[in-house]
Order: sequence, then structure tokens, then C-alpha cells
Amino acid sequence: MSGLAAGRGHGAVGRPAGRVDSHGQVTGRAVYADDLMLPRTVIAKLLRSPHAHARIIGIDTAAAAALPGVQAVLVGTDLPVKYGILPVSQDENALAIDKVRYVGEPVAAVAAVDPETADAALALIEVEYERLPDVTSIEAALDPTQPLIHGDDEGAGIGANVDREASLEFGDVDEGFALADHIQEDTFFFQGNTHAALEPHATVASLGDDGRLTVWSSTQVPHYLHRILAKVLEIPAGQIRVIATAVGGGFGGKTDIFSHEIVAARLALTTGRPVKITLTREDVFYAHRGRHPVLMWVRTGFTADGRITAMSFRSYLDGGAYGSYGAASLLYTGQLQTTTYSIPRYRFQGVRVFTNKPPCGPKRGHGTPQPRFAIEVHLDKAAAALGIDPVTLRRRNLVKPFSHTVNHLRVTSCGLAECLDAVVAASSFADKHTLLPAGRGIGLAVGAYLSGAGFPIYFNDMPQSEVMLKVDRGGGVTVFSMAADCGQGSTTMLATVVAEVLGLEPADLAVVTADTDLTPIDLGSYSSRVTFMAGNAALEAAQRLLEEILEAVAAELGVDPDLLSAEDGSIIVDDNPDKGVTWAEAVQLAMARSGALVTSGSYKTPQGLAGRYRGAGVGPTPAYSYTACVAEVTCDPDTGFVTVDQVWMAHDIGKALNPLLSIGQIEGSVHMALGEVLMEEQAFLRNGLHRGPSLLEYKIPTILEMPPVQSIIIETEDPEGPFGAKEVGQGALLPVIPAVVNAVHDALGIRVDEIPLRPDTVVTALADLAKGGSGRVGPTSLPDHEFPPLFRVEPPADSPGAAS
Amino acid sequence: MRVNGEPQELLVRPHRTLLEVLREDLGLTGTKHGCELGECGACTVLIDGKPQLSCLTLPAQVVGREVTTIEGVADGGTLHALQESFGALNAAQCGYCTPGMIVTAAALLEREPDPSLDQIRHALGGNMCRCTGYLKILEAVQLAAAQRVTAP
Amino acid sequence: MMRLPKLAVSSPATVEEAAGLLAELGDRAVVLSGGTDLIPNLKRHQLTVETVVLLGRIDDLDGIRREGDTVHIGARTTLREVVDSDLVPPVVARAAGLVASPTIQNQGTIGGNLCVDTRCFWLNVPDLWRQAAEPCLKAAGDTCWVAPAKQHCWAVSSSDLAPVLVALGAAVTLVGAGGARTMPLAELYVDDGIDYLAKSPDEIITSVAIPIDDGLRATYLKLRRRGSVDFPILGVAAAIRGDEAGICTEANIILGAVASAPLRAAEAEEALLGQPLGADSIAAAAEAARKLARPLYNTDLTSRYRKRMVPVFVKRALEELIAPPVLA
Repeated sequence: MSGLAAGRGHGAVGRPAGRVDSHGQVTGRAVYADDLMLPRTVIAKLLRSPHAHARIIGIDTAAAAALPGVQAVLVGTDLPVKYGILPVSQDENALAIDKVRYVGEPVAAVAAVDPETADAALALIEVEYERLPDVTSIEAALDPTQPLIHGDDEGAGIGANVDREASLEFGDVDEGFALADHIQEDTFFFQGNTHAALEPHATVASLGDDGRLTVWSSTQVPHYLHRILAKVLEIPAGQIRVIATAVGGGFGGKTDIFSHEIVAARLALTTGRPVKITLTREDVFYAHRGRHPVLMWVRTGFTADGRITAMSFRSYLDGGAYGSYGAASLLYTGQLQTTTYSIPRYRFQGVRVFTNKPPCGPKRGHGTPQPRFAIEVHLDKAAAALGIDPVTLRRRNLVKPFSHTVNHLRVTSCGLAECLDAVVAASSFADKHTLLPAGRGIGLAVGAYLSGAGFPIYFNDMPQSEVMLKVDRGGGVTVFSMAADCGQGSTTMLATVVAEVLGLEPADLAVVTADTDLTPIDLGSYSSRVTFMAGNAALEAAQRLLEEILEAVAAELGVDPDLLSAEDGSIIVDDNPDKGVTWAEAVQLAMARSGALVTSGSYKTPQGLAGRYRGAGVGPTPAYSYTACVAEVTCDPDTGFVTVDQVWMAHDIGKALNPLLSIGQIEGSVHMALGEVLMEEQAFLRNGLHRGPSLLEYKIPTILEMPPVQSIIIETEDPEGPFGAKEVGQGALLPVIPAVVNAVHDALGIRVDEIPLRPDTVVTALADLAKGGSGRVGPTSLPDHEFPPLFRVEPPADSPGAAS
Repeated sequence: MRVNGEPQELLVRPHRTLLEVLREDLGLTGTKHGCELGECGACTVLIDGKPQLSCLTLPAQVVGREVTTIEGVADGGTLHALQESFGALNAAQCGYCTPGMIVTAAALLEREPDPSLDQIRHALGGNMCRCTGYLKILEAVQLAAAQRVTAP
Repeated sequence: MMRLPKLAVSSPATVEEAAGLLAELGDRAVVLSGGTDLIPNLKRHQLTVETVVLLGRIDDLDGIRREGDTVHIGARTTLREVVDSDLVPPVVARAAGLVASPTIQNQGTIGGNLCVDTRCFWLNVPDLWRQAAEPCLKAAGDTCWVAPAKQHCWAVSSSDLAPVLVALGAAVTLVGAGGARTMPLAELYVDDGIDYLAKSPDEIITSVAIPIDDGLRATYLKLRRRGSVDFPILGVAAAIRGDEAGICTEANIILGAVASAPLRAAEAEEALLGQPLGADSIAAAAEAARKLARPLYNTDLTSRYRKRMVPVFVKRALEELIAPPVLA
């Protein structure tokens, strides 16, 4: 590589700036999937199950098919190939075949000339069901006398309604408890909740003029959709083009493959016309794949001065009706505890069960907000028991930068201590904790999250992200990447990284994204992977492009390429600013010299990120982001209403490539977390009925609930991140939830060990306290379940477990 | 009715909503829908200058009235101050609530050129956003107000 | 895509014409004023009608005017106009400003809010859900899922203005095919989730008359989860009068959203009447209101919690009313 230096400071990186694609958003020009209006489009709709659990005896579609205006009717047997996002969970059909497993599961589809006709046709489809008893709780799912949701013949489930289990021990945990002066033991419940992106999912599919199938979808994962369409439709991937349209919010809710996507594609092939399916808001609640309800038990041993000697953690996940990402979700509830605290001995046992409810999956923080809530509240309780303040207790146990955890996770840059110090100082925590007037309180918590999952969803040795650059003769640079921008700003990130290297302005670049025909691979916008992985790929592609250009300019000017820099739209000679060429001239020199100016870069996670045990593939990442949060609240003891007055959030994101967008991710995370801790719940009534599948009953905080947020960006400049950057956008959600719960304890003296912390919960806890009780509300027992024998793993040599 | 200043004579089925007419008959897809039941504010348009929910409005209710959508907020190629400030401050992330937010805020600025933070919060109380946490939206409305007040 | 069922839309030019149309079409027609309640209910197929009768062309339904000691509000006056009006008692403007969201207030009308359909989470859901639950009593089914033992619908009166206007002694004028009549607003409501309005289907509310009485101090407190959008899950309207000695001479305490009609807390009123307005009488009134209210689990938060909040809100409302005026 020539003398160019990434991060030399051309000004694009680190500068707060609006998005490069904001024009479409503020003018209404951005095209979301439902905005596509192709000529001759037919409208498809899905018939959904009214039963939580039933056998399908028969489906009669004759009357629907005969209705004038109906173009096609599909049932499950028309799409017999099973699929699932994870190779280990191939348990879904696009339309249910033998059984329905939740209220809202799609069983048939129609395509018709207009929505009214489609609705009328759906009403004419007769499905004969044989009702089965439903299983809707974790306890019932673990009860061997309950009916099976997935029969053994279908290959899912280990026994009873168990989907997956984990049982791991790192170091000798019993020995650790024997060394403890204080053992803290708690049980928690985190209710499920959902993404509720404002845009309902939509897909348009059509045969192109080349006869190939094109699918436009509101998806975070065009590549996985491409793979699964090829599998289920049984046509070569080369015959399918997937384009992720503008995505109106994802948060993990559009990282799975959905029935409507496959059905639209199938119907486009069947009818020969463009087909559109747009979900209603109710449908979106059934599509779900959101936060798992998790019951948790945690036991931690501490020395008298507050050092952790061992931790044992159990989680019970209510997975809903299908696997989805659940095998990963389960492990995420156990794996990242060790990434914030130096835990020398750690045991994790977890089980994910099937229930007759919409499938759960990944939502912002995937599997980690639930245990983070548990252990951060648990630590506060331990601090109180030990007579140590919560900040000191955490400081005594923080994970060390550039080390390994006891469960073999590689920690690199780590600004957790800086984050903690920053929020404690900014919030005057020490002057307020336990000292605020009655009804007011302050709470603290920390967190850590991945900068991208260390491994792809399906095993392979290929890059996880590739970026291609193409230059035109006028000097214009186009960036090609499959990363789908779902609002998080990945398009702007790509433009910023490339512009920084080339000495250009991000807004001057064109960015083509998320099109399987045009763009090279990126696995998708999930697990906070795009900045780290696509960012590194873009960096490499840009460096290669610059190298070609500098060599051409060097040859033209007769100077050493090492003396050239790209700055402000020019290639200049260091120490001789008068000598140089404009960017456009440089581009033409390079083209004349070596032909087409097209470069590419790629990124693959480093080898050796994971330990050697079953489950080790979930949790590793090239770099963890770190957070610390303080929340201050005012509680109304009569009504139980909790008002969050202010949130302070410090986030070690390595490097803020664009601080304005980074802060946007933090503020958005705070909003989503406040919804989760105070009001949002994907709850169910009898028979697996959703408690309220609408934006009226499902309580997203409005602008009136949003407190001021002080965002503090901590830059640790990760050695492997692009310009030192790590993730932002998921990690910031994690600590908010326990910080609020801890603040409510500080305000009222109650202990709410379940989420959401609703006004009625607060009133119940206060009433208990007033009667001389403990003021605790939360789960009191665990289901009767025997975990598999522990798989024991030796801790790595540079982990806290090695010293013990 | 007039839509974004242009007269429109339309024959539509009476039970289509204004939302459907705008998007499907007039191609004005800038107006979004998040619930179709009046709960999220994504479909907000201005009817005679006042923010209303197009998903709850029948075409017969807007006969002879002026409808303004996000496509009608800019002055030709010149963006409205709110469009500029939403872009500059990253007040739009996924952008899906943005058209409804901007037209609602535009109506507020017409009524109250220099609104307080509280007035902005109350005016936008019916517009849900899932990405931004609203804080940059508040700042963007304030910035646009300041720019309009100082503009010649 | 959630479409309206096929509907005919009729825009009569006079109230009489509208009433005639409603009389002729019976339960096949329904009045649409602002549409903010009716359109979602139609989209969810909660009711089946063939025609909606718009009031938009009728001239004399708009506006707020004062005549002597009475303020008349035309039924089609939007909630926003009520909020912004200097003529209406402040408590009325306050309650109108608490309805749903500001956008809904631009659209929704006072007549619509007074007639807003009773609500229940077993009812206000799309078809598939109701089919999954099996339709409830109000959805033409056999059973009320809130309290299956009784053949009664417990859907909740969810108007913010109704409790306030009942507390103020407002009257409504209705025009039907048989002519016009005026009656106390309180008499419009029936504590039955299905037949919750004591009017014939052809009758249209044309206006509300509110007596202006500066001696009556009134307030309205609303319980809801969020600061916007949500319907009340408890509303407390209180209007009281005290004499110079601070003895209560008139008390109106109306609870909203705990029954299928605005509920007059008569025992709470009695606890105040003739008593000094102070902590003791307020506590007695709050307790009396608590005993009276029997919310069920059919809206947001638990019924137990909502019942617990009745005395809290009654107490807060009354304390607000007896608080000495802050001197400027």
C-alpha cells in the first residue's frame, strides 16, 4: 500500500452531518415497498389462522378461486419446502400445511385485481380445523403432559416443547460460591415486546423484462431473503433478484424471512403479474420475531469487598411457535454477562420452549436486554447487601481491555470504565443516589454489545461483507454494497468512509445498496455489524482505488506516490501544494493508465474469535461496544406513574464516524428502552389472543414521554474497526432498562423484578411495602425443569478464570 | 378538491379513504400509513391548513377543500425550512414518520412562528416516531422556526 | 391494507333531511361527523352498515355562541375549536384538549365525542381477532367475554367531554324524523355497553347547551398511560359550589370510563353537601366514589388498579377545586 493513511483527517470522518440520503426522506421521494406502484399490479392477501393450535383437516378454495377478479389462490402444499433463517431451525412453511401454531399464522393466500376483491376471496376460503389444546406459557411448555407443538417427525424440538437447551460451565462455579462472603440470588421476568417499526412490512414481486423474478421487500437482510427464496421456490438464485427498498424502521423486525415475501414471489410466478402484499398493523404483531419473554434466575458470589467469585445464570425463553433466530437468542441470554464484568467462574443453563404464540426473534440487543436487566438490578441489590455503593461495586469488577472472558470471548478496546466515570460525573450520581427527596430517584447500569456477530448465519469461509467502487469519467464515485439502510444510516456511513479516504465529500458520492443483482455481498443489517464489517470493506476498497489513482498521478507528475495525498477533491503533492491535479483529472489519468476504475474490498472476522464448545459461535464479535447509563426519575406514589426526568448515556463506540448519526442511534435506543421498561408488552389473553394488536393498545412512548438525553461518546479507537469505529445503536438500549428500575427503587424503596414496570405494578409493590412486606413484585418460582448435564469448559489463560 | 395547489377532479368510490386516493389515484406516495386506524399519525396531511389523518377521512369530506401533502410543502425546487432542518439535524432516520411530522410541524409554524418547546411537543403528540426518540425532531422544528423568523 | 367495506355516502343539506334518511334506512345507516371513531370501527367491521350520512353540508351545526348565561356549541364544532374558544368554560376546553391527539382534535367533533362508541378490548380489534375469540355480545355474539356469567355488555364509556358536560348540567338538542327535543345530557346515557345512548337511531345531536355559572368550580382529570393518543381509562369530572363559609352547597362528581355511561357518584356528592370543603369531606367523597366504581378488565391496565385510582383522582380533583387561588 502506498503512503495514504486512513484517518489522516480529511474531515469526513468525525464531522457531524446529516444523512446523505435525507432528501428522499424529507420530500416523500424515498420509495418504500408499498410505494411501488407497478402497472398491472395485483394485490395479495393472507388468510390467517383464528386458532392458536389446530390441525388443518381441509382447505376448500374453490369458491375463492371462482370469484371474478381473483388471479390465484395458494395453500400450504403449493409451497412445501420448509425453511428457517438458521440452518438448525428449518421448521417453517410459508403457509401452514398440517397444523397452525399461533393465532395469525398464514394458511392461504389470494391474489386479486384489487384489495376489496382479495378480501372477499379470503372470506370464501373454507378451512376445516380440529382444535388442539394450546400451550401458551413457559411452565406449560415444560410440562410433559401438554400437547406437542412440533411433532418429532417434523424434526423440531428435543422433548416436550423444548426447542433448544444450553448447559455450560466455565471454571469451577461451586468452588467460587464456596469462596464467597455474600451470595445474592434473584429471579426476574422480562415480558416480551415487539419492534413496532412504523412501516408495516410490504413486498412487491414481479417478473422482469429478462424473465427473471424480482422481489422488492422491506427487509434488513436481502441476501438471506435471496437464499431462502431460491430454496423454497426451487429456482436457481441466479434467476432471482432481491432489492431491499427503503426500510421504514427495522430494529430486527425485518431480519427474518416472512410468509408474505415468499408468497408474493410465488404469486408473481403464478400470475405473471406484479404482486404486492402489504401487512396491516395487526399482521405485523403476528409476524413479530420480537423480544422473547424470559424468566431468569441468577446467583452470584461476592467477596466482602464486592469482587465476584462466581455467577450462575439460568434463562427460560418463551419462543413462540417457531425457531426463527431462537437458537441464537437463547445463547445470547447467557453469553455476554462476562463481557462487562470480570467473572472468574460462570455457569449458564438455558432453555427455549415453543408456545402457541407468534414466533419471537431478534429485537435491538438480541437476547441481551433481558439478562442485562437482571444482572444490573441484581448487582444493585448485592451492592446494598454488601454496603457498597453501586458505582464502586461495578468498578471493582469491570472487564479488562484486551483480554479474554472466562467463556472465551475476545475483548479488545473497552471504554467501560470511562463510560461509567462519564455518566456518574455528568449526572452527579454520588450527590443524588439515596439522597434525593422521596419519590425521586436515580439509577445506574452498564452494558456491552457486539459490533457484528462473529460468524455468519450459515457456515462458510467467504467474506461477511464486500464493497465495490466504480468511478466515472467525471470523477463521480459510486459505492456498491448490499447493506440495507433501515434508518440507522449505513448508507451515510459507507459514503463517509469512502469519502474520507478519497478526500471527497460524502454527499458527492452515489451509494447503491441492497440489490442482489448490483451489489456485492453484505449479510444484512443486524447484530450491529454494518459499520464494522461493511465499513472495513469500504475502507479497503477505497484504499485500493486511491492506490491506483495515486500511482497514475505519481507517474504523470514524476513524483513518488508516497508524497501524494487526496484532499478536498484534489490529489496534492505534500509540501508542494501548487503541484497537483484535481480529483477528476486524477481519475482520467488512472483510467488512461490502467483501464476501468473499479475496486473492491472485503471483510471477514479474524480467526480464533470463539472457544471450542457447542454454543461458542454466539457471542463472539470483532469488538464490543460499551455503555453506561444513569436515569433520574420522579414517581407518583399514589398513581404509580414513573416519569423519567433525564437520561445520561455514555457509549464507547470506538470512533464516531458521524457524531450526529451516532447520537441519533443513542437517543433512539433510549426511546425504545423506555418503552420496554415502562409500557410496551406483547402480552396475550386466553387462547393465544394478542392483548391488543394495534398502536393504540401497544404503547409506544409519544414525544410527550421522551425525556432529555445527554449523550456522551467515548472514543477508544478500536484497532480493527474502520477508523477505530465500533457499533452504535443496540448497545445503548441495554443499560437504560435496569437504570430506570434501579432509579425507581431509589425513589420508592420497592423492588420490581419484572418488566414492564407498569403503574399498577408500582402501586402493588408500594402497597406491599406499606403493609410491612418487602415491596417486591416479581416471579417467585422457576419451572420444574432438569437441564442437560453441564458441559465444562476450561477458561482461557488470559481470562479472569485463569487466575482463580 | 385542490391538492398541493392543483385542482383535482376525481371520481372515486365513496368508501376509499383520502389516504388511498392520494397514494393510489394521485401517486402521492409521500403520505405514509402505519396503522390505518388513526393511531400513529404517519398519514397526516393538511386540510385547509390543519393537520388531519388521511386514513380517517373520506373523499366526500374534502370536496372543495385544499389538501397539502409532503409533496406540496416545498416551494418548487426550494425545500421548506423544516425539510432542510430535518435533513441537517438527522431528524429523519428511517424517514417513514417524517412526511407526517413535517406537515404537522409546518401547520404549527404557520399558526405559531416561534413555538416553545412545549408547544412543539404538544403539537406533535399524535405523530409517532420509532427511530429518533423525537429529540432531533424537536431541535429541527426549533431550528426551522428560528430560520424562518430571521429570514428576510 | 385495511379497507373500508363498500359504503354509500350521503351528504344531506339539512338536519331534517339527514334524520329522514336515517329513519328510512334504520340500522343500515350511521351518522359520520368527524369520523375519528366511526371509521376505525367500520374498518374493523365492528358494525355493518350500507350508508354513512355525512353532516358536512349542513350549515347550522358549527360554531360556538353565547346567549345570556348559556353557551351553545354546534355538534359539528371540532374539538380544536372548543379547545381554542374563549366562550366555553375552561374545564370544557381542557377536556377537549385531552381527547386523543391534537390531530384527532382537528378532526373530531363535540357531537362525535359525546356519542363516541363504548369500548372494550374484546371488541375494538380487527375481524380475525374477534373471530379467534368468538364474537362478543356487542359483536353480535352470545357472550360477554369480560364477564361471561351475565348477558350484559360492559364496554366502557370513553368520552372525555361527557363526564364534564354532565357535571356542568349541560343539555343536548336532538333532531329526529319526529322533530326536535332538548334534554339534559345526563339522560342521553344508558349504562349498557350496547344501547348506550337513549336516543332513537334517526336522532342527530345538533347542539349542546352549557350553563355558564361562575360560582361552580369545575375540573377534569384523565387517567391514561401516555400524554397523548390514549382514551381515558378513568375520568373524573368535578363541579362544586361552596358558600362564603366554605360549606359545600352543590356537588357534581361524574366518573368517566368506569362504566358504560358517565357515572354520577351520588354518594360522593352527598359526602360533600353541607360539609365544610376540606380534607375530611374530600376523603369521605373519595372513599364513596371508590365504593361505587366497578371497572372491569376490558381496557388498559388492571381493573383493580383503575378502581384504586378512583379515590386518588377524586381527591386530586377536589383538592384542586378548593385550593386557594394563587395571587398574581
